[in-house]
Amino acid sequence: MWDFLIPLFAATVQSGTPILYATLGEMMTEKGGVLNLGVEGMMSISALAAFWVSLTTGSPWLGFMAGGLAGMAFGGLHAFVCVSCLGNQVVSGLALTILGLGLTHYLGVPYVGLAAPGFDPFDFPLLSQIPVLNEIFFRHDMLVYVSFVLPLIFWFFFRRTSLGLHVTATGEMPAAAGAAGLKPVRLRYFAVMAGGFLIGLGGAYLSLSYTHLWTNGLSGGRGWIAVALVIFAFWRPGRAVVGAYLFGGVMAFQLRLQAVGTNLPSSLLLMLPYLLTILVLILSAWRGRRIEGPAALGTNIEPEG
Amino acid sequence: MLKIRKRDEPWKWGALVVFLGALLFSLLVSSLLLAGQGKDAIHGLAVLWQGSFGNYWALEGALLKAIPLFLCSLGVAVAFRMQIWNIGAEGQFALGAMGATWMALSFPDLPGVVLLPLMFVMAFIFGAVWAFIPVILKLKLRVNEIISTLMLNYIAILLLDFLVFGAWKDPASFGFPMTAEFTPGAVIPHIGTSRVHWGLLFCLVVGVGLWGFMRFTRLGFELKASGEGARVAKYAKIRYGMLAILVMCLSGGFAGWAGCIETSAVLNRLQPSLMVGYGYTAIVVAWLARLEPLNIAFASFLLAALRVGVENLQLELQIPAAFGEIMEGMILLTVLAGQFFLTYTLERRQKQD
Repeated sequence: MWDFLIPLFAATVQSGTPILYATLGEMMTEKGGVLNLGVEGMMSISALAAFWVSLTTGSPWLGFMAGGLAGMAFGGLHAFVCVSCLGNQVVSGLALTILGLGLTHYLGVPYVGLAAPGFDPFDFPLLSQIPVLNEIFFRHDMLVYVSFVLPLIFWFFFRRTSLGLHVTATGEMPAAAGAAGLKPVRLRYFAVMAGGFLIGLGGAYLSLSYTHLWTNGLSGGRGWIAVALVIFAFWRPGRAVVGAYLFGGVMAFQLRLQAVGTNLPSSLLLMLPYLLTILVLILSAWRGRRIEGPAALGTNIEPEG
Repeated sequence: MLKIRKRDEPWKWGALVVFLGALLFSLLVSSLLLAGQGKDAIHGLAVLWQGSFGNYWALEGALLKAIPLFLCSLGVAVAFRMQIWNIGAEGQFALGAMGATWMALSFPDLPGVVLLPLMFVMAFIFGAVWAFIPVILKLKLRVNEIISTLMLNYIAILLLDFLVFGAWKDPASFGFPMTAEFTPGAVIPHIGTSRVHWGLLFCLVVGVGLWGFMRFTRLGFELKASGEGARVAKYAKIRYGMLAILVMCLSGGFAGWAGCIETSAVLNRLQPSLMVGYGYTAIVVAWLARLEPLNIAFASFLLAALRVGVENLQLELQIPAAFGEIMEGMILLTVLAGQFFLTYTLERRQKQD
């Protein structure tokens, strides 16, 4: 039993990590009042950017940064269309996904099957001495360890820093925030681009850590799951961790079941994460009837004059 | 310094200018992408043009691809009108194809006059059911329909795989995942000697029917009114829930019809290659057409022609098919940004004394 469960839990942490990055990124964006449905495309293109930079420079850390920057650039595009040009946030996000997936498939062709230097697992000093937990949590690579502290930083940023509070204000009431002397447009740009950076890191994880080689369709719906998880998490980082690992668990379980070989056809097993997403949304609707997102989420700031 | 000012009256030719501008801009970016890969960009654009509009063969191909795009997009637009974000045309399309195939495989000996209507009815029902799930979840539990329709797309495609790899697999297919070829009664015939089939006429009927429905019926009026916002709907005493269900079922049903037509007339069987993303392109079409049925006809022809042109590019210059997606995404983003100028204008700020 433990021989099955402990590797399963370890794999859960591993496959939950990119979802965690992306969920926190989308949460950041939405905190500022902007809905970004481009996550799927952004993860995909940043996975490619990270892979390409790591391949050409030989440095996975530079690749990781490149992934973040690619996500940030796409975030900037979204902010330009929605915040500056008042474009529809839903449609702009969908367009970003179409563009991102298209660019990835177009530019990624020469790299299919190639391997780039990525992040390798190592035993975390001291903590890897703890029995059981060590195998689940502390025998991963650096990017997983980074993701452990990310929700804490996220929480601290929104609860204890003035910038975080200002971002929250533009997500709740941009007009009032503007009247109080804040710059809602700039704050929204910040939220969308910083969120895009985190989403990009999630994409980078896919090509540098999850697989070290390039294949098409790496994002595989994770971006959409991240969008759903923000709702499930009620815009709180702690619950994002729970959600991300829940999905990581289902993905890992489904892969293991396929590897062991069952009578169930693989297409039915592959449905599990998508069915679970709908289930999770139903569940959060049930539990959190009164918990709403940022009040101004999805509405643009009308320019004065 | 530039200052934003609201226009006194909307810019008359603005929408067309923005659309053409977006087209030009995306062509520019695409040619840069081609040049970046060491291809001759001008030649590439010529190949693209040749493939899209250059000859009879191309136009026929575009018309053929415009049929499923038009139906999917019409469905998407109806839902968007009511501000219900149905992103699930892709899945509803797949379900329609499955419904039609189920009939085609169950009653292979029926003549076309009976079997084809049966297939259309079942395709509509299947598509409508797939759209009913997210709308009922939205109404009863306030589950976000964007995500549920999207997830249902993934599930629908896997369901299709499950069927063609399993129960519906043709034993004579040498292991390929496909159903048996449809009997003649289950195939929509071609128009004359062209590759274009009678699905085109069906599109015309559905398009005109929807236009009449929106324009002349009370339900159509209510639909437009509730698109203006929940408050307007409340004032007009509109049964929002009922209307939402109706709209989504129509939306899903139209996409289902597209799936039926594509399976019956083009592939003559159900196989995974049916899914080429018409449901997603339909969203681009609907938004470019500003949700108007007549515009949708033009926009779906244009984006269908683009798809055919990209196929030409793929054949002649070995450009990945994803090139089309890049252009679609670019056009949509530029139009979204450009629409700003329909209601606002930039002015040089006067120097203050």
